[in-house]
Amino acid sequence: MAMPALPPDWPGGFWVHWGVFVVIIFAFVMAMVMGFIWFERRAMAIMQARLGPNRAGPFGLLQPVADAIKVLLKEDIIPAKGDKLVHWLAPVVAFVPVLMIFAVVPFQGGAILADLNIGILYVVAISSVTTVGIFMAGWASNNKYSLLGAMRQVASVVSYEIPVVLSIIGVVLLAGSLSLSQIVMAQDIPFILLQPLGFFLFFIGACAEINRAPFDLMEADSEIVAGFHTEYSGMKFALFYLAEYGEALAISAIVTTLFLSGWRGPVLPPWLWFLVKVGLVFFVIVWIRTTVPRVRIDQLMALAWKFLLPLALLNLIITAAEVLAWPTALPWVIVPVNIAIMVVLVLLWSRLFKLGWGRVEV
Amino acid sequence: MVIKTEPFVVNIGPAHPSTHGVFRMRVTLDGEVIVDMEPVFGYLHRGIEKLAEERTYTGVIPLTDRLDYLASMSNNLAYCLAVEKLVGIPVPERAEYLRVIMAELQRIASHLIAVGAFLNDCGAFMTPILYMLREREKILDLFEMVSGQRLTYNYMRVGGVSQDVPEEFIPALRKFVKVMPDWIDEYDQLLKENEILLARAKGVGILPKELAINISASGPVLRASGVNWDIRKADPYSIYDRFEFDIPTGSVGDCYDRYRVRIQEMRQSVRILKQAIEHLPQGEARSDVPHLIRPPVGEAYGHIEAPKGELGFYLVSDNSIAPYRFHVRAPSLINLTALRDMIIGWKVADAIIIFGSIDICMGEVDR
Repeated sequence: MAMPALPPDWPGGFWVHWGVFVVIIFAFVMAMVMGFIWFERRAMAIMQARLGPNRAGPFGLLQPVADAIKVLLKEDIIPAKGDKLVHWLAPVVAFVPVLMIFAVVPFQGGAILADLNIGILYVVAISSVTTVGIFMAGWASNNKYSLLGAMRQVASVVSYEIPVVLSIIGVVLLAGSLSLSQIVMAQDIPFILLQPLGFFLFFIGACAEINRAPFDLMEADSEIVAGFHTEYSGMKFALFYLAEYGEALAISAIVTTLFLSGWRGPVLPPWLWFLVKVGLVFFVIVWIRTTVPRVRIDQLMALAWKFLLPLALLNLIITAAEVLAWPTALPWVIVPVNIAIMVVLVLLWSRLFKLGWGRVEV
Repeated sequence: MVIKTEPFVVNIGPAHPSTHGVFRMRVTLDGEVIVDMEPVFGYLHRGIEKLAEERTYTGVIPLTDRLDYLASMSNNLAYCLAVEKLVGIPVPERAEYLRVIMAELQRIASHLIAVGAFLNDCGAFMTPILYMLREREKILDLFEMVSGQRLTYNYMRVGGVSQDVPEEFIPALRKFVKVMPDWIDEYDQLLKENEILLARAKGVGILPKELAINISASGPVLRASGVNWDIRKADPYSIYDRFEFDIPTGSVGDCYDRYRVRIQEMRQSVRILKQAIEHLPQGEARSDVPHLIRPPVGEAYGHIEAPKGELGFYLVSDNSIAPYRFHVRAPSLINLTALRDMIIGWKVADAIIIFGSIDICMGEVDR
């Protein structure tokens, strides 16, 4: 498998390459996040029989810019009995890892800041750091709602990390590499077809990790006001907001890379394919958000440990057996087999397990 | 090793996204589990009962608008019934029908808010409530036609209604009644069988039948617990004995039953509306009543099945132009007394939806 490398006449060597890509990634993430905020608000509005932002600029496209200006000008409030240093540090700790995820995301062949040979492991490790920032925010705010939200976040990330990683291993087995660009190169058939169960588990787990509905318990506004960022205002709040959407963007990019064959596709230029797929995944996330109610904390835990984890283990075993025993000459035959396995397993398992515990005697 | 933990107190409200007004739940939490709850209310107390004792009998009607501001028409109706009972004023046939039409439209509008807010509390982010507000707008348009107002209508009068409906009202109402069943089907499509909603609402916040009767709950909260009790059937007021309709009841008394009962009541209200339009007679919309009413010494209690439960007005007259005593039996307040028994042992998230499923209006609780 030949990897399209950097052009040989790329000027300046390592540091220029590094500098250029850092700027590109930062600009890309900011622009995409702003675009996605607008996109989510418009798409949700249309699904909810209303108009959405439509005043600032054409189709309300400048609404995120107006919001950014507003948020920059707002007063920054620190709770009187809060931990000032941690309160200040928390948004940074939450936001920076989100940007760092994009260091290993291949935007197209060779367009990647660092083609780490352990790319996907790096993504898993770095994306968990955001949780520390969120817990710092919850703790430093000296607010009970914040603390409740932060506790929920930690509990859910600790639980969901396991099925998410296990479902990634299926992909790694098929691709034979941990490097994200190698994984894309291995997808002559998109892995969503070869790993339908893995995709299903990864997508649910990822939604839970990034606090998107129906798993948005950490900032459940009808229960705990705004969760960990209840006491944040101004630019610090904006950083949390950016981190949230940045994570959604990162997860969309990772799903695209792992399961939807990344930048590869006919006719269109590769970077456009990448953007289209990322947008599609993000749309599905928005769609789910407008549709379903929120689960309860014990149901969230039950889903991770009783449903996702056993299925992820089964998926791993089945994939390993297939990689070992299946003749490589017949890749397409395995697709219907895997889809059938997924349907049977999910249906059977959803009958077997029970969500949550209900009332507690006190 | 057992880790020593302490319960902690959280104030949910008075300014909180899902307290539906300025209600405050002082909950003691053990982790996420609620071990104790103390309701605190009175933030919206305006002294309406005392104010009413300083006003003439006809001047009280605008005050009743401000009780349950999501169901002003029902409040007007209950108060007017009480005064008519006290004085013995006849109501023209057409006015009776118009009153029933308004009361049933109001029931639909109030239930739309109740169900929408309940689903919003469940975390279905704004989608159901926005669909329901769309139809509530249509009802508000109808009310605006007859009264000029969209929230506090002040439409009913002692001895009828303030004025006859404009001629474009009945066609608009016919159109509404024709399409409303399809809209209710649409609400059912949104979340009725949703797995997460079933997991969240089924079996949660059960109000047993005996407890519901003992605390004198009424309205959808009582009927969801399986008690077939509706003032419209049990003690028919106005002309409700002329209409055919069923009383939907639940079986378990959980949040899901309360949600379903409200949806089915909307269907029954549409049924009543259809019959009322068919039989609406011509004639006067208001009997001749002096502006200053001096009822004989005595007392009267007028009650109706308001959207939230049994709404009653108790009036005592000392033969002056103002009521000597004016008391409101507010269904929201009485249903709210069941809250503590319902939420103890559940989690924070459940407390919010149980509270939402009772459907209270703080204007009525605090008065």
